[in-house]
Amino acid sequence: MENVTMEEQLVYDRPESMASVQTHYCPGCTHGVAHRLVAEVIDEMGIKDNMIGVASVGCSVFAYNYFDFDFVQAPHGRAPAMATGVKRVLPHRFVMTYQGDGDLASIGMGEIVAAAARGENITVIFLNNANYGMTGGQMAPTTLPGQKTSSSPGGRDVEVAGFPIRTAEMLATLDGAGYVVRRSLHDPKNIRMAKKSIRLAFETQKHGLGFSLVELLSTCPTNWGLTPVQALKWVEDAMIPYYPIGDYKVNPALKELKI
Amino acid sequence: MAKELMKGNVAIAEAAVRAGLNAYFGYPITPQTELLEYLSSRMPELGRTFLQAESELGAINMVYGAACTGARVMSSSSSPGVSLMMEGVSYIAGTELPVVLVDVMRGGPGLGNIAPAQADYNQIVHGGGHGDYHPIVLAPANIQEAIDLTYGAFDLAEKYRSIVVILADGSLGQLMEPAELPEMKPAIMRTPDWATYGSEGRERRFLTSIDLDPSQQEKTNFRLEHRWQEIKANEVQYKEYYLDDAEYAVVGFGTSGRIALSAVRAARAKGIKIGLFRPVSLAPYPEKELYELSKQLKGLLVVEMNAGQMLEDVLNITRSQIPVEFYGRMGGILPMPEEIEAEIDRMVNDPTETDGHPRDRWLARFGKMN
Repeated sequence: MENVTMEEQLVYDRPESMASVQTHYCPGCTHGVAHRLVAEVIDEMGIKDNMIGVASVGCSVFAYNYFDFDFVQAPHGRAPAMATGVKRVLPHRFVMTYQGDGDLASIGMGEIVAAAARGENITVIFLNNANYGMTGGQMAPTTLPGQKTSSSPGGRDVEVAGFPIRTAEMLATLDGAGYVVRRSLHDPKNIRMAKKSIRLAFETQKHGLGFSLVELLSTCPTNWGLTPVQALKWVEDAMIPYYPIGDYKVNPALKELKI
Repeated sequence: MAKELMKGNVAIAEAAVRAGLNAYFGYPITPQTELLEYLSSRMPELGRTFLQAESELGAINMVYGAACTGARVMSSSSSPGVSLMMEGVSYIAGTELPVVLVDVMRGGPGLGNIAPAQADYNQIVHGGGHGDYHPIVLAPANIQEAIDLTYGAFDLAEKYRSIVVILADGSLGQLMEPAELPEMKPAIMRTPDWATYGSEGRERRFLTSIDLDPSQQEKTNFRLEHRWQEIKANEVQYKEYYLDDAEYAVVGFGTSGRIALSAVRAARAKGIKIGLFRPVSLAPYPEKELYELSKQLKGLLVVEMNAGQMLEDVLNITRSQIPVEFYGRMGGILPMPEEIEAEIDRMVNDPTETDGHPRDRWLARFGKMN
């Protein structure tokens, strides 16, 4: 037999920007993927020690336990205002919020619109899973027409509950927005696209190009009553047709960037 | 430094600037708007942060974020706006952050009007936001005092990691008086061992008000309560006027205390042995001092620009050992010195019925005006 030297080669490890703890997220939930992408980008940019994160209220309320850099935790919906306060007194630090759709697009719609309109130089990671996950799957502003939730048991009736909000498209209309895109976390190709966008969002902030937001279509298998695999399929089949993946606002200066 | 003629709102703003205010976030509302307007040019001129928020919700949460970094921060508003800030105030208290908030009170409830009132006493002094917490509350009665209290409020907030509220009213915000401004300090950005300003060269930190473990949350609650005991022991402020030989006293804070002083002087001129006790710190309240004073009195009159909110505290403190009367004006109306003088005369010369609650007697006497 030939003598083979076994040399261990590390091909996959925890990003430095992620704390070495177990998360509380449900099996099959894409929060973990989103966290990892953000952490990888922060590692690659070498900005971990210059970061201040703002956690929101919802499933990601404990994000500060999972990211290994300075963090504060905002009242429900107010993360963009809190991030504004941090960024205005520390303009050379990187500031990000991490918010879900109930937090950002319902109770916090005022704060996010105002922050985008001001061109607040912060980065927003926005997870859209079409329901309120933390409280057990109630109807959110992003819940699709006809979608059954614990507070729309007969399916969302748009005659009564109105229509879902396409947040990225709406915020992209504001002049203060530098980079606003929607991506999805349902398959490897889209996850890679999402990571590139998260990088561009932080580059937007780094170059002072205004407000940046990456909307990430995400799964909530527990509250959707689906298996993790079925949930990924539902994102592709039901969510993407309503919430198209796309670049809604890209500051021209970003196109010149070589990363 | 020479005295200058200054409007209350502007004086408070400039006092904060001179105290090293690093960032201000606010929203326009009468009768405090001049404070925001003044800072909109003054702060950028000094290279400091001024931002007009989208709402009082936005403003208090910007203050919340900025306070997390160790910056000296402040917001200001008036009654309805302060109601809207209560969510953030509770979170700030729960996160144990130093913040200064100015409330220039106006008539209410609801939208009310823009005239001076003191009806936020309960909301500010006894909480307002959810949960157990205690803000330090300071009530100036003139512009010099407003300047001095604002100037010292930041040190106080930082010493105890506490919210300090300057509780003024529309009259104090709008009137002009000569006053002296303190020395200018540069913008203050501290790096205390809890602040989150980027983790370079140290372990990362986080600031939050959530604790899902009730036993841990209770520890936080106990810590806050013990800190409050320390504040109560060290930070009581009050003013006494003509009390040495007094047989009667008026208790009033802020503008109503100031107006009562005129009535007390007029009563003294008539030979009535009366003085004024004016709490400056409404929280912590000068409980011991008022109780000791009450022992020498035959009667006490509480005057407020509300329906007797501080009255309840005075009744608790004096433990029903002496007769207490109440006189209040509401809805944005200031009590006139003559009205208070008449109440003093009645208390001294005609102490008839003292059964029941002082508020009920006051309502019986004055409630028929409609």
